[in-house]
Amino acid sequence: MTLTSPQFKDNARAALADAQLQRALSKGLGFVERRRLAAERLPEFEALRDGARDIKNHTLAHLDLYLEAYEARVIAAGGQLHFAVTAEEARAIVVDICRKVCAKTVTKGKTMIAEEIGLNDFLEQNGIQPVETDLGEYLIQIRHEMPSHIIAPAIHLNKDQVEADFRRVHSHLPKDRNLAEPQTLLTEARGVLRERFLSADVGITGANFLVAETGTSIIVTNEGNGDLTQTLPKIHIVLATIEKLVPTLEDVSTLLRVLARSATGQDMSVYTTLSTGPRRPDDPDGPSEYHVVILDNGRSSMLGGGFAEMLRCIRCGACMNYCPVFNAIGGHAYGSVYPGPMGAVLTPALVGIDKAGHLPNASMFCGRCEEVCPVRIPLPRMMRAWREREFERHLSPATVRSGLKFWSFFAKRPALYGLVTALASRLLWLFGRSAGRFRRLPFAGGWTRHRDFPAPQGATFQAQWRRRRN
Amino acid sequence: MAQPGKRVGLLVTCLVDLIRPAVGFAAVKLLEDAGCTVEAPRQSCCGQPAFNSGDRASARALAEQVIATFECYDYVVVPSGSCGGQVRVHYPELFHGDPNWHPRAARFAAKTYELTSFLTDVLGINKINARYAGTATYHDSCSSLREMGVRAQPRRLLAGIEGLTLAELPDADVCCGFGGTFCVKYPDISNAIVSKKAEAVAATGAGTLLAGDLGCLMNIAGKLQRLGRRVTVRHVAEVLAGMADGPAIGEPEPKRAAP
Ligand code: SF4
Repeated sequence: MTLTSPQFKDNARAALADAQLQRALSKGLGFVERRRLAAERLPEFEALRDGARDIKNHTLAHLDLYLEAYEARVIAAGGQLHFAVTAEEARAIVVDICRKVCAKTVTKGKTMIAEEIGLNDFLEQNGIQPVETDLGEYLIQIRHEMPSHIIAPAIHLNKDQVEADFRRVHSHLPKDRNLAEPQTLLTEARGVLRERFLSADVGITGANFLVAETGTSIIVTNEGNGDLTQTLPKIHIVLATIEKLVPTLEDVSTLLRVLARSATGQDMSVYTTLSTGPRRPDDPDGPSEYHVVILDNGRSSMLGGGFAEMLRCIRCGACMNYCPVFNAIGGHAYGSVYPGPMGAVLTPALVGIDKAGHLPNASMFCGRCEEVCPVRIPLPRMMRAWREREFERHLSPATVRSGLKFWSFFAKRPALYGLVTALASRLLWLFGRSAGRFRRLPFAGGWTRHRDFPAPQGATFQAQWRRRRN
Repeated sequence: MAQPGKRVGLLVTCLVDLIRPAVGFAAVKLLEDAGCTVEAPRQSCCGQPAFNSGDRASARALAEQVIATFECYDYVVVPSGSCGGQVRVHYPELFHGDPNWHPRAARFAAKTYELTSFLTDVLGINKINARYAGTATYHDSCSSLREMGVRAQPRRLLAGIEGLTLAELPDADVCCGFGGTFCVKYPDISNAIVSKKAEAVAATGAGTLLAGDLGCLMNIAGKLQRLGRRVTVRHVAEVLAGMADGPAIGEPEPKRAAP
């Protein structure tokens, strides 16, 4: 997928003008209200969040130990573990595994890591057909789009768009079928996907957690597609990243309790599926090979630095559900795999601040994301840290830099500042007092394009104050 | 109620200083009526714009300047949750690990208050004698709400104002889209967010919008006016101080008779 974060401003403008998208966004999925109710229903929710944060911090502090323990368990259970430093390496490992069984079709459960490494395109280039089995992922696959939300990848679509896509892609089905209801759409998707499940040679899933204690990978879904993806084909590949590691199953239960509540307001997702190694002799079903690909892709260099806390993220999506900017422009405008506040912190770490500079800047620092993040990641503080990097590296726009310089020159000299502001407010008052406000102001076009600017009341507070007291 | 002898330094904020001095004088009146001695030493900016733009060096220089100017007072009061939050939350963060400045910044932060929070939480005032006729709605600024813990305080004080009815604003915890320099760096996104907010304000049917932060107020007032909505917009201090008789934000001065 191509990175369009550098064109964030244009993307955002287009998104705001897209009536179809705005309609989908205004409907939303009701996540905000449902999360609020779920949190209210559980008195210990805040304490659980602290617990979840501490588990993640502890794991990250001893990541090497837990990785080793996890590896030993995976191997003991008959599984194979592959470490990939870069996206290219991860893609190559996956394709190698597929090639060994001459795979033609690969079913996929929902995995953001596959998006991050651009796996689908790569599989296709190698003659392997990936089939997304999560409904949302399937929709964006047939539309050749990126997910617009990390847990609801097709949240930007309306029902009629889905109907049109199904009629276009499922051209073998009767023309006069009813696709007007969400239920009939779902049934059609199920039918189409079920055939693919049976013909797939390899199943790829992500992982919400990797358990060091047992060598287990865990996925949570609401559709059950993940189960079929990983049990029907001969080979199951788990795509994960280093920060998915968790010490024990006990720890997982704490994280699960905050994950679904934060994501969708459910107490638990419908399916929580644990996989440990390939099929054992007396198992009724399961893959004959079980592979785990653990990708780094820049994450280990975040450990111990200013952005380490981002590695606590459990991908619940609450930060974007609550973000006013995300709600205004949707996920695609961010131009990268991870949108919203978590993406604004993570994307610059993955692709470089020089390309993703807009993302941490396009925030009002309203703090709603941090307020709901189940693992208490200080997202605004880290967005600010990216702005500091930008500033230090002279990457912020020249207008911003010179504006700041000009302003801080005066601000650092209060007496001079007093003179200049007194003059400015006097002038603005003279020009603005009869109307009380300006419809247009030089140097403030960004403001006055959309709203009026109030005229000052005359002399500044400080000028009046000094006059009064002397 | 009055606790004489409290010396309060008023951090007036750039926007109040420049655009709406009336808010500063309303704050002074509220504090003096409560028995405080108020001083407003020569000042410029708390440094938030630099801090949020990644210019940490300028932010630090301005923070040092503010601390040096104001630390002699018993309390520092700010008629803004945003600038208050800069001092209370971000000054200590800014000097993190500095053995000289960090303790100073932390002490300074601990005695800095948003205006309505100072009146209620520190001075223990629950009722102010003032009148304001009409229905008002209240916008919580993000920093007041999430950095300063200010939500109940202005509502408690407004409840005691004779003649005033408070109509709650739906989605009061959602940002108005101002965000300091955000509104000029990303004007289109800011516009989408403030448009929603302005419509929500108008939908309450209230004739007046109040808030504790001039940035949000200018943003929402400017949008309401551009949309042609007849809602007057004021800082909460103006109403509490009984000084809400002049023109509201962005409203013209009454025509004076020709000389
Ligand atoms: S940053 Fe926090 S709120 Fe956002 S997706 Fe990650 S865990 Fe969820």
